[in-house]
Amino acid sequence: MPLPIGDVIGLMVDNLNKRKTVFPIPHKRATEWAKGLNIPEGGKTVIYTGSMYQLLPYMIAAVKNMELVEDSFLGKFVFMGRFFNRMFNVSAFVSMPKKADVKRYRQIVHNIAKLLKKAGVEFGYLYKKELYAGTLAYDLGVDDAFSLQAKRVYDLLKENGVSTVITVDPHTTNIMRSVYPTIIDGYDIEVKSYLEVLAASDDFQPIHSVEKEITVHDSCVYARHEGVIDEPRQLLERAGYTIKEPKDNKALTHCCGGPIESIFPKMSHTIGTNRVQQLKDVTNGGAVATMCPICMASLKKASGGALEIEDISSFLVKAFCD
Amino acid sequence: MTKVNPDFIKKVTTSEEFNATACINCGVCTAVCPMDVELLPRKLFRYALLGLEDKVLENTNVIYQCLLCKMCEENCTADVHIAENVRFLRSYISKEVFKL
Repeated sequence: MPLPIGDVIGLMVDNLNKRKTVFPIPHKRATEWAKGLNIPEGGKTVIYTGSMYQLLPYMIAAVKNMELVEDSFLGKFVFMGRFFNRMFNVSAFVSMPKKADVKRYRQIVHNIAKLLKKAGVEFGYLYKKELYAGTLAYDLGVDDAFSLQAKRVYDLLKENGVSTVITVDPHTTNIMRSVYPTIIDGYDIEVKSYLEVLAASDDFQPIHSVEKEITVHDSCVYARHEGVIDEPRQLLERAGYTIKEPKDNKALTHCCGGPIESIFPKMSHTIGTNRVQQLKDVTNGGAVATMCPICMASLKKASGGALEIEDISSFLVKAFCD
Repeated sequence: MTKVNPDFIKKVTTSEEFNATACINCGVCTAVCPMDVELLPRKLFRYALLGLEDKVLENTNVIYQCLLCKMCEENCTADVHIAENVRFLRSYISKEVFKL
């Protein structure tokens, strides 16, 4: 028996309404990636993480528990979890992340900020004030809760005098650039992915030579929703990497399966396994670059360690930073 | 047995988000879908356009199985906003069934 969809979505929506995120994590965990980078608080241009990378270690842990519940009699009791979650954060008990995952995903955001600094981009960060953009609520069709969250994010940006945000993941890019304008009158925030910002900077050049074959796994959201296809390739080539393309690539990229993981973990794993096979077919001793935290988690899990799969920023930082 | 629900037809056809009326029934969307589920998305939209609310609701699982990856949209020759249509049905279920 699949997980009870209404209760699972309800739990996330309750979190969004009560705790302003679908998956509450400590503020410290959301902001610690910025340690040592001396990023000023606020400013007209800010890096906006939406906590997507920071949330992933917790979601990985939660999904592992949900896989145990899926197809078991325990699924009938998810409604109780939702009931108690209204009083205290039940999510914290079902999602104790691995330290290695916390470190890995924190390092990715840290690397992205380092790359932006290296390119001479001036930006601030909203630290504890930053809010989740509401992606999951939008995808699941919970429009009232999503609209409320979108308004909260827009108000936050306006109150802090932000006019441009640099996003670090495709989902937050899509929501803030293409969805918010459809529901917020007068939405006037400029939204750019860090990949677009870096690719547009001619002065951003590598300082170390790297020789490696990198297979590019395009994110569906970047490639088909936002048209971010050339930028990651331009950056990898500029860095000195040799690009390999899987069978389904660019605008016809194959999904990693991640978007349905919170409700159908096993089905999601099957889609991820299909994609991993395509990546394996062209990756011979090299590595795979992802550009979305959900893709990275899904494909790493599906590959079972058979492929080196890392976020694109991990490869770029080796060439462009000290 | 199922029965056509005229109110459901009205909600679907008057919605700005649901544009499956443009569908030419070529079936490419289903052929390229990585989920390999027969109902996704063409048949599902047909049920919705015909007002077969019961059939739509009994396939709630399938509606949430869509990855919203837009592989179908990329190949659609009729410019149907497939992902947005799926989101419309989810929104309908969220409100009418899950009361969210």
